[in-house]
Amino acid sequence: MNMEAVVPEIEISGLTKRYGNGRTILDALSLTVPKAEFVSILGPSGCGKSTILKLISGLTAPTSGAIRVEGMTPLNARETISYIFQDATLLPWRTVKNNIALGLELEGASTERREKKVAALLDLVGLGHVAHAYPRELSGGMKMRVSIARALATSPRLLLLDEPFAALDEMSRDRLNEEILHLREEQNWTAVFVTHSVSEAVFLSDRIIVLAPNPGRIHAVFPVFLPAPRKAALRTSPEFDELVAKVSHALRETTAA
Amino acid sequence: MKKQAIAAFNALAVFGALLILWQIVIWIFHVQPYMLPPPGAVARAVGARFPSLLTSLAITAIESAGGLAASVVFGTLIALVFAQSRWVRKMFYPYTLLLQTVPIIAIAPLILMWVGAGTPAVTLIAFIISLAPIIANTTQGLISVDENLVHLFLMHNASRGQLLFKLRLPHAVPSLFVGIRIASGIAVIGAITGELYAGSSSVGQGGLGYSILYASSQLQTDYLFALVFAATVLGFSFFFLVMFFEWYFLHRWHESARAQEME
Repeated sequence: MNMEAVVPEIEISGLTKRYGNGRTILDALSLTVPKAEFVSILGPSGCGKSTILKLISGLTAPTSGAIRVEGMTPLNARETISYIFQDATLLPWRTVKNNIALGLELEGASTERREKKVAALLDLVGLGHVAHAYPRELSGGMKMRVSIARALATSPRLLLLDEPFAALDEMSRDRLNEEILHLREEQNWTAVFVTHSVSEAVFLSDRIIVLAPNPGRIHAVFPVFLPAPRKAALRTSPEFDELVAKVSHALRETTAA
Repeated sequence: MKKQAIAAFNALAVFGALLILWQIVIWIFHVQPYMLPPPGAVARAVGARFPSLLTSLAITAIESAGGLAASVVFGTLIALVFAQSRWVRKMFYPYTLLLQTVPIIAIAPLILMWVGAGTPAVTLIAFIISLAPIIANTTQGLISVDENLVHLFLMHNASRGQLLFKLRLPHAVPSLFVGIRIASGIAVIGAITGELYAGSSSVGQGGLGYSILYASSQLQTDYLFALVFAATVLGFSFFFLVMFFEWYFLHRWHESARAQEME
C-alpha cells in the first residue's frame, strides 16, 4: 500500500498554546487535513487563527499537543511549506524577479534553475511586464501576486495563507481568489487559509472551520460541496448565498455568548 | 529642474544680500579691517594666497574624509556585532554614548601625546567624533526589520549569515546613510577642532584649523575669513557628496530618496 495515500498532510492533536502571561490562545485543538484539501479557518479576533499557522510552520512551539506535517515535525517539514503573509512582505531593494527568486536562492538552487522557475512563475501570475520593477512601483494587488509567486517558487506541497487579501480592495480580492483556485487546480497543493471574509472562505474552500475565542476552539465545521471549477458566477448562485448565510450565522454565535 | 534652478538662484540672492549688508555695516560703523575686513579684502586674500589656501583645504579634506571613511567601516562592523544579540547591545551601547558626549577638546591633548602631532592625530579625532551616529543609526536599521520578513527567511531555513547579509544589512542601508549624513558634518568640525590642537608637525603648513590659528595670531583677519569660508565650503561639499551617494544607492527602491526627488 502506498504510504503517501494514508499520511495526511497535517495532523494536529490536543494542541494547546498558552502565552507567558497565562492566557490560553488555543485549547486542545485537534484537526486533520488530508492531502490536497483547501481548508479555511474563520473566527473573531483573538481566537488564535493566525497562531494555528505559526504552529504548523514551527514559527512558535505548542505548549502541549502534537503537530505532524506529512508525518514530520513542523521544523523538519519546512521545505514542503510556503507561508503567505497578510502583507506582501517583499524586499523593497529587490526587483520583482529577484523577490520571486528569494526562496530558491536561500535554499541554494542553481542560477539556471532559478531563472527558469522565475520565468515560468512570472508568466503564471501575469507579471512578466514588471519583472524588473521594484515593489514600490506596484499596486497592492500586484504586490500580493509577487508574494504568491514567491511562495510557489519553491514548489510547496502545503500553503499557509494568513489573511493574504485583507488589505486589498474587493475587485482585486475577487480576482486573486479566482487565480488562487486556478493555480491550485494546476498544482494541487494543500492549503490552510485564514480569513475574516465568509464569502472568500466559501468560494475557495473544501471545508470551513469556525473557531470560537477565549480560548480558541473549534465551534463548527462546514464541508463545502460546490462544483469545480468554480468561476466568478458562483458568487451569485443561491447555493453560495445559502452557505454564506449558514457560516455567517455560526460566526455570529461565537461572539454572542 | 526649473524649480531647482529657482531655489539655487534664491539661495545665491540671499548670499549676495548678506555681502551687501556686510559692506554697509562696515561703512556705517567705520569698522577697522583687522576687526572685520570688507568682502572685497577677503576676496583679494583668497586670490593672493590661493595655493596655500588650497593646500590647507586639501589637508583638512583628507583628514575628515579619512576619519569619516574609518567611521563608516568600523561603525558598520560594530553595528553588525550589536545586531547579533540584545545582551551585547545592553553591555556596550552606553559606551557609544560616551563617544558622543566626551568633549573632544578634553581628549585632544591625550591623542596628541599618544600619536604625535599632525595628520594621523587629526584623522583619529575626526574618526572618534563621527563614529557614534554611524553605530547608532546602523544598529537601529539592522534590528528594526519587520518580524514577518524574518519569519519568511526562517521558513526557507535561512542561515544566520543569510539573515544578516540578505535581509538585515540591505534593510539598514537607508539608516546607515542617515548616520553618514550626520557624521560627515561633524567629521569636518572634528578635523578642524583637532587641528587647533594637534595642528601640524612642521611650521607653516597645516590644515584649515591650524591656519586659522596662525592667521589670527598674525592679525590677518582677511585671510582668516577666507579660511572660514573654505571650511564652510568643505562642510557643504561633504554633505552634498553624501547626499549624492545616498540618492545613487537608494533612489531605485527607497521611499525617502524618491521623496527628495519629487520636491
